[in-house]
Amino acid sequence: MTTTPADPAPPDAAQERFDATIARGDRIEPRDWMPDGYRRTLVRQIAQHAHSEIIGMQPEGNWIGRAPSLRRKAILLAKVQDEAGHGLYLYSACETLGVSRAELTEMLLSGRQKYSSIFNYPTLSYADVGTIGWLVDGAAICNQVPLCRTSYGPYGRAMIRICKEESFHQRQGYELLMTMTRGTDGQRAMVQESVDRFWWPSLMMFGPPDAESPNSARSMAWGVKRNSNDELRQKFVDMTVPQADALGVTLPDPDLRWNEERGHYDFGEPDWTELAEVIRGNGPCNEQRMAHRRAAHDDGAWVREAATAFAERSAARAREEAR
Amino acid sequence: MSGDRREWPLYEVFVRGKRGLNHVHVGSLHAPDDVMALRHARDVYTRRNEGVSIWVVRADAITASSPDEKDPLFSPSGDKVYRHPTFYEIPENVPHM
Repeated sequence: MTTTPADPAPPDAAQERFDATIARGDRIEPRDWMPDGYRRTLVRQIAQHAHSEIIGMQPEGNWIGRAPSLRRKAILLAKVQDEAGHGLYLYSACETLGVSRAELTEMLLSGRQKYSSIFNYPTLSYADVGTIGWLVDGAAICNQVPLCRTSYGPYGRAMIRICKEESFHQRQGYELLMTMTRGTDGQRAMVQESVDRFWWPSLMMFGPPDAESPNSARSMAWGVKRNSNDELRQKFVDMTVPQADALGVTLPDPDLRWNEERGHYDFGEPDWTELAEVIRGNGPCNEQRMAHRRAAHDDGAWVREAATAFAERSAARAREEAR
Repeated sequence: MSGDRREWPLYEVFVRGKRGLNHVHVGSLHAPDDVMALRHARDVYTRRNEGVSIWVVRADAITASSPDEKDPLFSPSGDKVYRHPTFYEIPENVPHM
């Protein structure tokens, strides 16, 4: 965008204006002055979120060709296409902070920026498609709904679009699992086995416990984050237990029980060393996910080059004709 | 912004939700040319009947007011309260006004 020139505001006044905007609960918009730390935090969080959507296409994409009916294939295709769309909304929001798409792509491909650890787990059975919709997208919705009110305008607007579409993702997953649990013993066992594998990694999606999440307090003060990791994790468990009952599956946690006094479910401690290992790159599928993404990027190079060449030739022809 | 010359230009996308409404800004995308920008906008921003018409415009073709001149730019209208209907007192027994 071209901006009409204005006198640069002295930094103190700018900082005061920024603080006042946050204090009012108003949104910060792209060309407002903002502290470097705020900008960096947002770039890291939005980029990681965008990368997660892009990598997140792989576990489910694995089943598109093998989904059991045309209906299920069409649903899965639409869902994976949504993930691509969500990645694009978020990359656009991130670019308003002054980072380019090429830089963001490079940071994913080189592993300098991370994506959600949940996508480093494999999808071993078709029931995993349902479990991912129910638990993984369910956890994502818990995380994302409060982000619709995040203090950075473009991020909040992207989240609103995403949350509307995620609801379809979760419902199609739950419906898939319901269909399977009404089927044979073998299908019911497949659902239970899948839930057993995905329950704990889903709880880890909310990040480390609050006491070990060093950046959380600052993100909350800036209004980037609206709830703590542990609050959201509790909310997810409280929402999910009745859904598991309705489905007739058990959640693999012997410590899971209703606590009348707290008005919440108590639950066990996820294995945080496992989360740390997956983040460090030692999850079951880290290498495979990155290798696939790099190959897809390289294999698509000729399409990008062809589109660029076509645009340049058309522009040259138009100039020629104008002469 | 980045100086990567190979990056496709940025387009801003505006969608008319239904007949009778304005086009509203919905987001942005990169495309090599106007036609591809329109196609991408269809795929990215209207997968669920969100619109009946799309505009795409190159972001570098937009001239925007600066957030820093917010006050001087908009203050002339701030003290012109007489531009609002509520400025005028009309007796309650006067109908339809």
